[in-house]
Amino acid sequence: MEFGLSQEQTLLTDSVARFLDGEVPLDRVRRFAKEQDDTDIWHGLAGLGVPALLVPESAGGVGLACLDAALVAETLGYHATPAPFLGTAVALPLALAGQDGDELLARSAAGELRVGLALAGAIGRRGSAGVTASGGRLSGTAPFAIDCPADCYLIADDARRLYLVHADAAGLTSAAFDTIDRTRRTGTLTLNGTPARLVSDDPAAFGRVLDAARVMLAADTLGAAQQMLDQAVAYAKQREQFNRPIATFQAVKHMCAEMAAALEPCRAMVWYAAHALDHLQDEAHLTACHTKAHVSEVGKFVAKIATEVHGGMGFTDLVGLHYWFKRIGYDRQMLGTPEQLREEAARAQGLAA
Amino acid sequence: MDLSYGPEYEAFRHEVRQFLARNGADAPRGEGLRAPKMLAWQKRLIEHGYAARTIPREYGGYGAAPDILKSRIIAEEFASAQVSQGMGGQGISMLVPTLLEVGTEEQKRQFIPPTLRGELLWCQGYSEPGAGSDLASLRTSAVLDGDEWVVNGQKIWTSTAHLADWIFCLVRTEPNAPKHKGISFLLFRMDTPGIEVRPLVDMTGHANFNEVFFTDVRVPKHQIVGSRGDGWMVANAILRHERDSLGNPDATLARLNALIRLMQAETLNGQRLIDHPVYRDRLMQLQGRVMALRFNDLRILSAKLNRADASLARMVVKLEGTELRHALEGLAIDIMGELGLAYGDNPEKRDGGSWQHQYMFFLGLIIGGGTSQIQKNIISERGLGMPKEPKFERTTG
Repeated sequence: MEFGLSQEQTLLTDSVARFLDGEVPLDRVRRFAKEQDDTDIWHGLAGLGVPALLVPESAGGVGLACLDAALVAETLGYHATPAPFLGTAVALPLALAGQDGDELLARSAAGELRVGLALAGAIGRRGSAGVTASGGRLSGTAPFAIDCPADCYLIADDARRLYLVHADAAGLTSAAFDTIDRTRRTGTLTLNGTPARLVSDDPAAFGRVLDAARVMLAADTLGAAQQMLDQAVAYAKQREQFNRPIATFQAVKHMCAEMAAALEPCRAMVWYAAHALDHLQDEAHLTACHTKAHVSEVGKFVAKIATEVHGGMGFTDLVGLHYWFKRIGYDRQMLGTPEQLREEAARAQGLAA
Repeated sequence: MDLSYGPEYEAFRHEVRQFLARNGADAPRGEGLRAPKMLAWQKRLIEHGYAARTIPREYGGYGAAPDILKSRIIAEEFASAQVSQGMGGQGISMLVPTLLEVGTEEQKRQFIPPTLRGELLWCQGYSEPGAGSDLASLRTSAVLDGDEWVVNGQKIWTSTAHLADWIFCLVRTEPNAPKHKGISFLLFRMDTPGIEVRPLVDMTGHANFNEVFFTDVRVPKHQIVGSRGDGWMVANAILRHERDSLGNPDATLARLNALIRLMQAETLNGQRLIDHPVYRDRLMQLQGRVMALRFNDLRILSAKLNRADASLARMVVKLEGTELRHALEGLAIDIMGELGLAYGDNPEKRDGGSWQHQYMFFLGLIIGGGTSQIQKNIISERGLGMPKEPKFERTTG
């Protein structure tokens, strides 16, 4: 019995963290927020094998598991890293699982192909948005596409079938969509009789991609919240008022303890949910729903309290804490909010119709 | 990551299940600590290695090598069969491990076997009216007079003092030493002249605890564990043990499942409570929190087995576990509306009135065994490396 991380897993996250510490400091994140260009970052991560993590070795990948990907997602969240991780490194290889030899996989594993992820409409349609399929062509609007613009898109239609669409396909337009989180690129896809490749018409395949993406967002929040907690503790130790570090005040210590107490169990929860994606099929959906819901709630709490520990500085752009605050907000809203996820969790157990 | 226990342990689990299938009917259910059925059950459990498992045979235990997974399997299987795991109490859970660590050979032989058999019941004399979170400031004194300690003072929050045969008690023996170095750990009989036990009725309406008063209680000099002035060290080892045991996620899961059954059975305006979206959402929030703590517990178990570090994960268990349990019991009351008030002899109460009782009792556990605020001090100082508050120096009196 071992419920913990292996040496290989620690080495993997250490190598990613070392790269991000060196090459993606806060100034680099700020520059991305303005220019929306992460070419060098993705190139560096590709050098470490990140886009190849979940691609089978037979298809030119590393052949690791969802837990390894979740650990990388956590590390990216810790550094508020701009990168097309979710669509390219997670959703594409899981959607194409069992379709070895696919040329797209080899290119994405090498970091040469970026994949956007448009599942939002299939989870909950807002307004008139929606994607319908007819004769191998897609029409409609896919809102809130993650990692957009990209070279190709993984799109779910309203019947939860998965398709791949090339960026230059006829009738496709993509429009960048401003969100609070400037460390991620998001857009809206409009399709008009756009030729699409059907990846799977099995709703279970859609479910597997969605569950994995949710666990990755939870892992991202775990990392981002840990960063905010670490910064709050460090700031409290160094900031002095009334002739003493504010970290000596019990009011401040208890704020930090409450964050740690809420956050630390989330680590085990993310590990378990990620492990379940590959190894515990009966539990995977329920744990994915609960994990994203719960970690989002804890993330929201940590984001608020860590900002407060910084006093007025936390509210400024100078400290840059808000990048993580907003990243946590993005993770929470995307692919199912806590209320939606808890309802899905209830349905998964037969406790709701 | 490997969540399987392996064939050796699955075989052991099978063995435990067989024992439960054959013997479970004989287990006590709600009988008192002195009931013959309880003592007989305790004896059978020790014989089969399901109680006092790792205590050496020479002291009346089963004498198995420590095996965290086997202990876990026993706990899991007994819990899922809802069969008593035998006698608990502070004698078995706290005093016995302490004596094994620091007791003399004579003390081990005298006290451990009858304690394990359930023939010797103990209570714990630590907290005092003026020494709660700041336990080391305790003032109950013991002064040596010839071959005897003479004990004077008062203890509070003493569970089972009215039933106990003996007490293990922290007393101040070195009044001029620094407060942590002036304490000793004494053992004495509860029928010694000069001891008065008064039940302390708490908010649940029951006397779960007592006050204990000592007036010139004479204790033989040799009934001390460790040396004079070492009592704080002895006590701290077991306090940590107590914190670990509060907020048990398996018990919380059992209560969550009972709450789900309650919500499926009870209706409001003809609608089952589970079908009420607001109630259901609150239930699912709690289920997520229970899940997080269960996986946290799995991580702690694995860290013990594989010698990995999970110290922060351990530090949060008491705080998070008791707060969660209190919230869970509270949800049951909320969803029952007026029915949630039923208590005492009210025939309308559900599940034996346990929801109201546990709701209040767990508020007690949030406070007891190191308050939530003390837990937060521990987490921030030992877990996050934040500095202690500057000491407030008393300048008068």
